[in-house]
This record gives sequence, C-alpha cells and structure tokens, in this order.
Amino acid sequence: MGLEMRLKRFEYIATKLEFFVNWARKWSLFQYPFVTACCGMEFMSVMASHYDLARFGAEFPRFTPRQADFLIVVGTISHKQAPILRRVYQQMCAPKWVISFGVCASTGGFYDNYATVQGIDKIIPVDVYIPGCPPRPEMVLDGLMKLQDKIQKEQFGDHDKVYEKYMAQLSAAIKGASR
Amino acid sequence: MSVEAIDKIKEKFGEAVTETHSRLGDDTARVKRENWLAVARYARDELGFDLFVDLSAVDYLKREEGLPRFEVVLHLRSMSTGKRVRLKARVPESDPGIDSLVNLWKGANWFERECHEMYGIKFKGHPDLRPLLLYPEFKGYPLRKDYPIDKRQPRIPLLASEERRFPRPMDETPHGHDPRFSDEEK
Repeated sequence: MGLEMRLKRFEYIATKLEFFVNWARKWSLFQYPFVTACCGMEFMSVMASHYDLARFGAEFPRFTPRQADFLIVVGTISHKQAPILRRVYQQMCAPKWVISFGVCASTGGFYDNYATVQGIDKIIPVDVYIPGCPPRPEMVLDGLMKLQDKIQKEQFGDHDKVYEKYMAQLSAAIKGASR
Repeated sequence: MSVEAIDKIKEKFGEAVTETHSRLGDDTARVKRENWLAVARYARDELGFDLFVDLSAVDYLKREEGLPRFEVVLHLRSMSTGKRVRLKARVPESDPGIDSLVNLWKGANWFERECHEMYGIKFKGHPDLRPLLLYPEFKGYPLRKDYPIDKRQPRIPLLASEERRFPRPMDETPHGHDPRFSDEEK
C-alpha cells in the first residue's frame, strides 16, 4: 500500500492538525435524512449502488439525530412541520452541516402558499443548497463535494460562530414574535 | 349513467331538488341544504349508492347577487352497479352550516373536518370538528378565495421574514386575484 510504504521510509507525516481533522470529518459524514416528499425517491437513487453516496463516506444514515452530524432536508417543509425540523437540528451534536435538497427545501419551490415554509433557512442554518425539482443524482454528488470542500477549508471555532449566530437570530426572532 | 337515480330523487323530493343535469356522464342533483341529510340517506338506502367517494366545497366568490357563496359537493358510488351520482347544496356565507353525514358514512368524518378547516363550513352533528391538516393556532380558512395568497402564519418564530423579494403585480390586487383573469369574470 502506498501510504504504508511511505510511512516506512519516513516514519512520520507532517500536516496541520486543522487540515487533518477536516480531512477526517469530510470523509466520515454521518447523515440524518429528513425526507418529507417526492425528492426522497431521487435521494434513494443517490444512496443506492448506481450513484453510491458511500464513495464519499456519507453512506450511513443514522435514524436518530443525536448520532448524526450531517442533516439532509429532502422535500417540502410545511409550517406544521417546522418545529420538528428545528428540534431535529438542535438535537444534533456539533460540528454539524445541513444540505437543503431540492427546490422546495431551498425556497419553497412552487408551493407559494399558506402551508409551506419558504426555504428551510428560515428555520435552521444551511450550508449547501441543491436546486432542482428533483435534483439529478449528479447534482447531489456535486453538492456533497462542495460541502466537502467547505469542510476542508474550515477553521477550529467556525462552528461555534455559526451556532452563536443561529442562537442570536433565534432569540431575536422569539423576542420579535412575543412582542 | 344513473339518470334514473336522479329522476327518482326528483320524484321523491320534488321542490327540494332545485336543479339537475347529466352532462358528460356525471349525473348531478342540486338540493336545498335543509334536505341534504334526507337526500343522502335516500341515495344510500333506497338507491344503493353505498360508497362515499368524496366530499368537498367550492367557493364562488364574486358570484352574481343573491346566490349563496359556497357549494358543498358530495360524490357517491354504488358498489353493486358501479354507477355514480353527484349531489350539491348551496351554503350562504352568513350562515355556513349544513348537516353532517357522519351518521350515514363514518368515512365522511375526516372529509368534513378538512372541509371545515379549509372553507369554514360548519357541519351540524359532526362529533369532532378539530382541524385535521392545519395546526391548532391557524386562523382563517386558507382555501377561501379571499384568503390572501401570500399570507403566512408561521407556527414558530422564523429566523428571517418570508416576504417575497420580488413582489408580483398580483399582490397589489385585493384578495390576491390575478388581474390577468379579471376580464373573464366581467
């Protein structure tokens, strides 16, 4: 194996801790699929062997948010369901990332009506938006690679900032609503 | 398909049947809402329309003067003969009430709950008219034509407002009607 051969010759590798941790994180995403609508069919085809999300290390769905660090919101989110999605996000352990899968999750799509949340970024922070109704599997893989690039560029403490900003926005929204 | 059923209903209820037609194979009878339950019971017990298919309402906003605003529509089917019939009843906005069919078909329960939360039609005798699809905090009746198309009632405080970034001319007209269709109505 290439890596062991090199290690035998040099016995150590030099890298930055941040780079190494990010590298490990981006190839071992534990996903929580929050699937609510027809985009789920397309999500299944990404997960299945033909397109195979496992090649990117994100194949293992955890069906409790407490064991996941990668939330995929697949499909339309209604106002009735919004509290559930927010709770699921808050239950996940940091560091955590969110992909908005499909146009309904990203902007509400053509459901411009009384029932639908006009984009999940009104409820939780989002890292990558994948457009399409539904998106092609290639677009999903591209979105995941974009997320991996983003994770690779992260610095320690970035997640605290994201979460602090989210909590500040949330408390401002709660204050505004109670007024 | 079932013209004779319509004829029988007309024969039995006479004045209570205000209008019938059989266009495109769908036999329809419009009845007065006082006779709603009686006609439905007659259709089930005597005419054999034993399957409750659908119940909903139609909002005819901006209808000509004097006509009630809503219309409750009931679809029935006979399991033995396969025939269908459609019953309608007009319901005014000032007193949107009609008899519940839950005692005839248990399956009518959720249809009437949905019709109640979406159109505000009160079904007398319904055991439990709580909202079925909407959340309890929701105010108003979203499928009425005068419910604003861009009105939102978020259940939790949102991080950002849901206002549209690109307002359309549709928003400026009352009731959210699309001005492109206003000529047709006149």
